[in-house]
Amino acid sequence: MKRALPAFWLIVVLTVPFWLPDQYILHILIITGIFIIAAMSLNLLLGYTGQLSLGHVAFFGIGAYASALTTLGFDVELFAGFRVVHEPWPAVVGFFVGTIVAGMSGYVIGRLSFKVRGAYFVIVTISFAEVTRLVALNWVELTQGPLALTNIPPYTIGFPGLGDYTLWNKTAYYYLVLAVGLAAYIVISRLVGSRIGRAMIALKENETLASSVGIDVTHYLVLAAVISAAVAGSAGSLYAHYVKIIDPDIFLFVYTVMMVIMVITGGKGTLAGPIVGGIIFGFLPVILRPIAAPAVQWILYGALMIVIVFVLPQGIVPAVERWMANWTQFGRKAAGIMLASNSKPGDGP
Amino acid sequence: MDQLLQHLVNAVILGGTYALLGIGLTLIFGIMRVVNFTHGELYAFGAYTVYLISAALGLDFFLGLIVAIVAGGLLGALIEITLLRPMRGADIDTVMLVMIGGWIVMQNTELLVWGGVAKAIVTPFPEAPLVIGPVSISWLRVFVLVVALLLIAGSYVLIHRTKLGKAMRATFQDTDTAALMGVNIRGVYTATFALGSGLAAAAGALLGPVFLVTPTMGDLASLKAFAIVILGGLGNITGATVGGFILALVEEIGAGYISSGYRDAMGFLIIIAVLLFKPTGLFARAERVG
Amino acid sequence: MPARGEPGEVVLSIEHVTVKFGGLVALADVNFTVCDGEIVGLIGPNGAGKTTAFNVFTGFLTPTHGGVRYRGTSLNGRKPHEIAALGLVRTFQRTSIFQNASVFDNVLTGLHRRGRSTVWDTLLTTPREKATERELADKAHEILGVVGLDRRSAEVAGALPYGEQRLLGIALALAAEPSMLLLDEPVSGMNANETVRVMKLVETIRASGVTILLVEHDMPMVMQVSDRIVVLNYGRIIAQGPPAAIQKDPDVIRAYLGEGKRRA
Repeated sequence: MKRALPAFWLIVVLTVPFWLPDQYILHILIITGIFIIAAMSLNLLLGYTGQLSLGHVAFFGIGAYASALTTLGFDVELFAGFRVVHEPWPAVVGFFVGTIVAGMSGYVIGRLSFKVRGAYFVIVTISFAEVTRLVALNWVELTQGPLALTNIPPYTIGFPGLGDYTLWNKTAYYYLVLAVGLAAYIVISRLVGSRIGRAMIALKENETLASSVGIDVTHYLVLAAVISAAVAGSAGSLYAHYVKIIDPDIFLFVYTVMMVIMVITGGKGTLAGPIVGGIIFGFLPVILRPIAAPAVQWILYGALMIVIVFVLPQGIVPAVERWMANWTQFGRKAAGIMLASNSKPGDGP
Repeated sequence: MDQLLQHLVNAVILGGTYALLGIGLTLIFGIMRVVNFTHGELYAFGAYTVYLISAALGLDFFLGLIVAIVAGGLLGALIEITLLRPMRGADIDTVMLVMIGGWIVMQNTELLVWGGVAKAIVTPFPEAPLVIGPVSISWLRVFVLVVALLLIAGSYVLIHRTKLGKAMRATFQDTDTAALMGVNIRGVYTATFALGSGLAAAAGALLGPVFLVTPTMGDLASLKAFAIVILGGLGNITGATVGGFILALVEEIGAGYISSGYRDAMGFLIIIAVLLFKPTGLFARAERVG
Repeated sequence: MPARGEPGEVVLSIEHVTVKFGGLVALADVNFTVCDGEIVGLIGPNGAGKTTAFNVFTGFLTPTHGGVRYRGTSLNGRKPHEIAALGLVRTFQRTSIFQNASVFDNVLTGLHRRGRSTVWDTLLTTPREKATERELADKAHEILGVVGLDRRSAEVAGALPYGEQRLLGIALALAAEPSMLLLDEPVSGMNANETVRVMKLVETIRASGVTILLVEHDMPMVMQVSDRIVVLNYGRIIAQGPPAAIQKDPDVIRAYLGEGKRRA
């Protein structure tokens, strides 16, 4: 039964566009999917490695901008007459550039931020994200500042012999997001089940003990940051080429908060947690839209986060798992009692 | 040169209110070890309260100020009792998340009540500024500076000359020992949070008339407060005061001579620079061994 | 019981180590050595500086003066994980295990250094990755067998009784493949049965070629298990020698009696 469940969901998810062809719903699923990928990446750093990085949106945004700029081309003066000119490249290349550039920023920010821990680490990561936003806002020559990067072209995949396929419609994009999401899931699940993953989890549990058995703390913290940033960057690229317009608001702290809420309520340190959290907070705005203004929605999210932290500090997925474990135990006990009572002779009908 | 003097004067005035923000947070962060994301919201609350009293209700501006500070303190106490006290003993990450939740709820409540349009507060001060040589200061700003300095002095007196202040300092040094010596830790925590929140509300009440009142004004205030605390060292009021003035100075000079767009980035750059090169702050006293 | 043969060459050398915290002198010019294959016990009254010394030997504290050498390599300024890589591994008295992981996963984590796979091996699940995981799993079972916890391997570490948690802490350290093991109060808080179990384990470990240095308060245990005892008081070494001699040493007796009644 347990193994059939994921397969069932996989089939459901794979066939959605066929039994739910509504364009609006597909749009929601795509945006939700992109945020789930970002939440999964944050989960690696926050849930498994135990580092409360509140600057995660920076990696998402860097990936988005890097991908968009690679595809649109740019012409900037770095200093004293030294110009850098970049011709537009295919969007698909932008995806990889976005992922890699985000990963690199994860390395730089990680190396710098992990010099401190605890509350100071949180503040430093927030600061890095804000500085990134302000750079995007003010370096107008590169990013167009608040005027936004527009007309970002969609991905075009060339099939040899069959010609080019441009991802214009939502169904195709849905499958793309799904594919990237599955890839991200596989990467993260393989990582956390491995020796490297054990090292990261050890760092969350007890850094001192981990280092005493030979685990290089800084190395694995930065590694977690790099992979986490790269995955977030890939989500950013998906976002840029879908909505086709991005501005510095993409770096706002609220998006980090959104990802954090998804991970925490879903269940940090579990593989399914960010997915569950992502679905809940991807669809809640849609459900609440007709009945509540955005401000009211956010009050609800804030209150919900406080309630979850108080009542279900591990998140929803571990609570459900425990509940199901109790049920199967209960079910077995009940079945055992019933079998025992049935075998008694002389009982009534 | 004239411009420089003007910037310096502006910095001093701004620095006074920044110092209030910083002192409030350094007490909370230092004594309770809580990453208080609601600090900026108390700042906004202070400004909105003054708006409510003076603009919406048409009452006296100075009354609005006093109400803002007192109400800010009470709100802080409420937050501490409902959100933080039940979380005592939880790890710092969990508490941070609760504070973020509180921040979201507060800011959006403000948005809901007041709307997103910026509000202006009219004050009873004369429009014409005070001009001393090349420098011109509005009377409002003079008032702001005076009140800020009074409150800073008041904080100093409270921390160093009252029983409560002694209890707070003891709790900061060593919570367990303080408890064993009979200090009411719960009371100290509530008082600390109330005091810190009151100071934040005061800063907001003073700066609200100077700038405009918006629902998101607290965000930058929060982060700047953290910059000041990191600059001055945890729990260090002198450090927070000096840090407040330094931040204001860096912002003014940066905005004036480099680029006004990056003005707000100065705080963050300070945070990053200090944490990476001197994590204990520029003014940290040697903490106890442990 | 294997005979205590001649100790080999010097492996751990503590040279003129001084530790000052502000005005407080925690360790003053401490000099001693530990030889290959020895079991050395470090004792002293409370506040004598044992924990400080321990932290210096394992890279968790930098001495104000002096240094420590392990097999000729200076430990000064090295990070704890580098020192572990040199073969010098310690246990902890409190928080000695990963509470939320299973017993088996604890030891697997301790075996970290043994694995050689890279990120790419992991992501692509190469044969090398699979072989590494199998090897680590086998080794983990072996180590759990040595400490006697293999029946418990699936249980959550934090749920174990205290004595078994400390045993797991030793298993963790063993997994890191030490050539020298530093045990931090290995039997503190244990009853008689648990203490005997640890003492047997210590001998087994030494028999496998690992040098041992332990800090302990439990006198009978230390006296029985150690080849040699080093006594600290007020940050200085006041006596060194075989247990029998130390038990009669007047300076040692005075140091302990001066503190009040200690467990004999």
